[in-house]
Amino acid sequence: MATLTYRDALNQALREEMQRDPDVFLMGEEVGVYQGAYKVSRGLLEEFGPMRIVDTPIAELGFAGIGVGAAMAGLRPVIEFMTWNFAVLALDQIVNSAAKILYESGGQIPIPIVFRGPNGAALQLAAQHSQAWDAWVSHIPGLKVVAPATPADAKGLLKAAIRDNNPVIVLEGEMLYNVKGEVPEGEHIVPIGQADVKRPGRDVTFICHSKTVAVALKAAEQMAEHEGVSAEVLDLRSLRPLDEEAILGSVARTNRAVVIEEGWPHAGIGAQVVDVIQREAFDQLDAPVLRVTQADVPMPYNKQLERLAKPSPERVVAAARRVLYLD
Amino acid sequence: MATATAQTTHAPAQHELEHRMLRQMLLIRRFEEKAAEAYALGKIGGFCHLYIGQEAVAVGSLAALREDDYVISSYREHGQALARGLPANVVMAELFGKATGCSKGKGGSMHLFDAGRRFMGGHGIVGGHVPLAAGLGFAIRYRGGDQVCLCYFGEAAVNIGAFHETLNMASVYKLPVIFLCENNRYGMGTAFERVAAVTDVVEHACSYDMAAELVNGMDVLAVNEATRRAAERARKGGRPTLLEVRTYRFMGHSMSDPLHGVYRTKEEVEEQRKRDPISQLAGKLKEEGVLDEAGLNALDAEARAAAEDAVRFADQSPDPDPTELTTHVLAD
Repeated sequence: MATLTYRDALNQALREEMQRDPDVFLMGEEVGVYQGAYKVSRGLLEEFGPMRIVDTPIAELGFAGIGVGAAMAGLRPVIEFMTWNFAVLALDQIVNSAAKILYESGGQIPIPIVFRGPNGAALQLAAQHSQAWDAWVSHIPGLKVVAPATPADAKGLLKAAIRDNNPVIVLEGEMLYNVKGEVPEGEHIVPIGQADVKRPGRDVTFICHSKTVAVALKAAEQMAEHEGVSAEVLDLRSLRPLDEEAILGSVARTNRAVVIEEGWPHAGIGAQVVDVIQREAFDQLDAPVLRVTQADVPMPYNKQLERLAKPSPERVVAAARRVLYLD
Repeated sequence: MATATAQTTHAPAQHELEHRMLRQMLLIRRFEEKAAEAYALGKIGGFCHLYIGQEAVAVGSLAALREDDYVISSYREHGQALARGLPANVVMAELFGKATGCSKGKGGSMHLFDAGRRFMGGHGIVGGHVPLAAGLGFAIRYRGGDQVCLCYFGEAAVNIGAFHETLNMASVYKLPVIFLCENNRYGMGTAFERVAAVTDVVEHACSYDMAAELVNGMDVLAVNEATRRAAERARKGGRPTLLEVRTYRFMGHSMSDPLHGVYRTKEEVEEQRKRDPISQLAGKLKEEGVLDEAGLNALDAEARAAAEDAVRFADQSPDPDPTELTTHVLAD
C-alpha cells in the first residue's frame, strides 16, 4: 500500500472516478488553473480539460444550482466549496433542490451529486471561517453525509459518494489535508453508512468523526498510559445514515461512552448519538453519556481562546474520567 | 415575390399552428377554472397559483421547442405542464394529491414533474430553479447536444441573487438556455416598480452580455416567434437569451388572494381583460376566415370537456398508499 496524504487520496479518488466515468466532472472556485485552493484538484485540469474541471466565479448558490441541474440531466457533478463556511450561501440549492427533487417528483429524477470541501476550524481563522456544519447538513432527509478522518477513508468514501445516486455531502478538513496514511490502490470503496473501530477497547467508547478521531485517539493513548483504562475509538465516518448498529455494539461492550465533535453542542451530532444510545441501550449503560464539543460560542481569533473552544484530548480524558467515576 | 410565395406555402402550416395554440390556451383556461372550483371545494389543498391571463406565454413559447428540449418552471406552472403535453388528467390528479398524479401526489400544484417529457419541475422557491436551468444547459453543452433549456420565472425572481449569478455564468459558459421572465407586474401584492430599481427586466441582459428581447405576452404569435429566435441562437451558437414577456394574471397571486384590492384596482384588471390572449387569437383567426363562431364554440366545448374529465379522473383516483410516505427519499 502506498502512503499518501489525505489531499492526495482525495485527488486519486477524483482522478480514478473521472477516468472511469465520463459523466463525472468537478466544478468550483479555483479548481482548475489554480489547481485547487487546497490543491485537491492538482493536475486534473491538464488531464481532463476545462469542460470537466470547471472554474467558477465566486457564486456558491449559482454553481451549486448548476451542479444540481446537471445532475437532473444525468451527469454526476462533484461540486467543490472552497470551505463549507461559504457553502452556507448555497444551502437553498442543497436543501431545497438537491435533497427534495427525487421525492417531490415521485421518484422520477435522482440527483447524483457530491458537495465537498473543508469543514470546521483550522487555525486562527476567526468566527466566519471556523464552523462545523455537520449537524446542519445531517438534519436533511434526502442527503447522505460522510466525514472521513484518514487518507484511506477519504479515498474510499469519496469514491462511494461519486458512485452514489443521491446527493452526498463530503466533509473534509483543512487540518486533515496533510495527514499521511496508507491508502489501498485502485478499487477501494468505503461503503457509506459504516462506522469503523479505529482502536479497540473495553472500558469506555469514544464516538467521534473527522478531526475529532485524532483527538479521541490521543485521549485513548493517554488513558491507557496514565490510568490503565482501555478506551475504544469508534469513527462514525458517515453521519447520515448513522451506523447505529456499530454504536450500540460498542456501547454493549464498554457500557460507557463519550461523544466528541467539532460542532456546537446545541442540537449537535452528539445529541443524535446520545438519543440512539438512551433509546436502544439504556439498560447497558453504567453512566450517563457525556459530550465534548466546541464551546457554545462563535470561534474566537486569539490562539489561547481558540484552543479553549476546541475539543481537546484533555477535555476527552476529563469526560472519560467522569463516566468511569474516577474523579 | 419570394415573400409572397413563402406566405402562401406556409399559410396552412401557420394556421394549423395557430389553431393548435388556440386549443391549448382554451384547455389551460378551462382547466384552471376547474382547479379554482376544486380548490373552493377543498379538493385541492395548500397553495394553488393559477395561470389565467398568461396562457399565451406558455403556449407560444413551448410551441417553439422540440420534444428533446428541457423545460423548467416556477410554482405557477400548470399552464406550462399542459402546453408541454402532460395529460390534463395527471396534472389535475397531482393537484388533488392523488397516486395517479404526475408526481404521484407527492409534489402537488407547485411541483409538477414529467421526466419523460423533459418537464423538469415546478419549483417553489422564487428564483431557486433559475440555476437549475443553467445546469440543464450545462449538461446539453457537456454532451455536445443541440437541445435548449427553457426556464420560466416571474419578474419578482429578478431581484433574487440566484438570477444574477446564473445569468452571468450562463453567458460565461455559453449555455443554451432561454431565460423567460413572465412579467405579470406583481410579486404577490407588490408592484414591480415599488421594489425594482430597473423596471425593464430586459435591461439586465446588458450586465451579462446576453441577447435579450422584450415581448408582448398577450400575443401568442409574438411569444412564439421570439422564442424561436432565442432557440435558434441557443442551438446554433450555444448562446443564452433573456426574454422579458409582459403579461398579466387575471386572478389573485394564489387562491387565497382576491383578484384585486389594495395593490391593484378593479378597473386595471378589467382593462387588462380586454387584452385577453385567447380572444385576441380567436379574433385574428375569425378575421382571416379560418375559424367561425361555431368552430370556436366547438373548441371551447372540447376544452371544457377535457377539464371536466380531468376533475372526474382526479376525484376517482386513489390517494397514495401509506407506504409511499417513505419511498423516494433516496434513490437506490
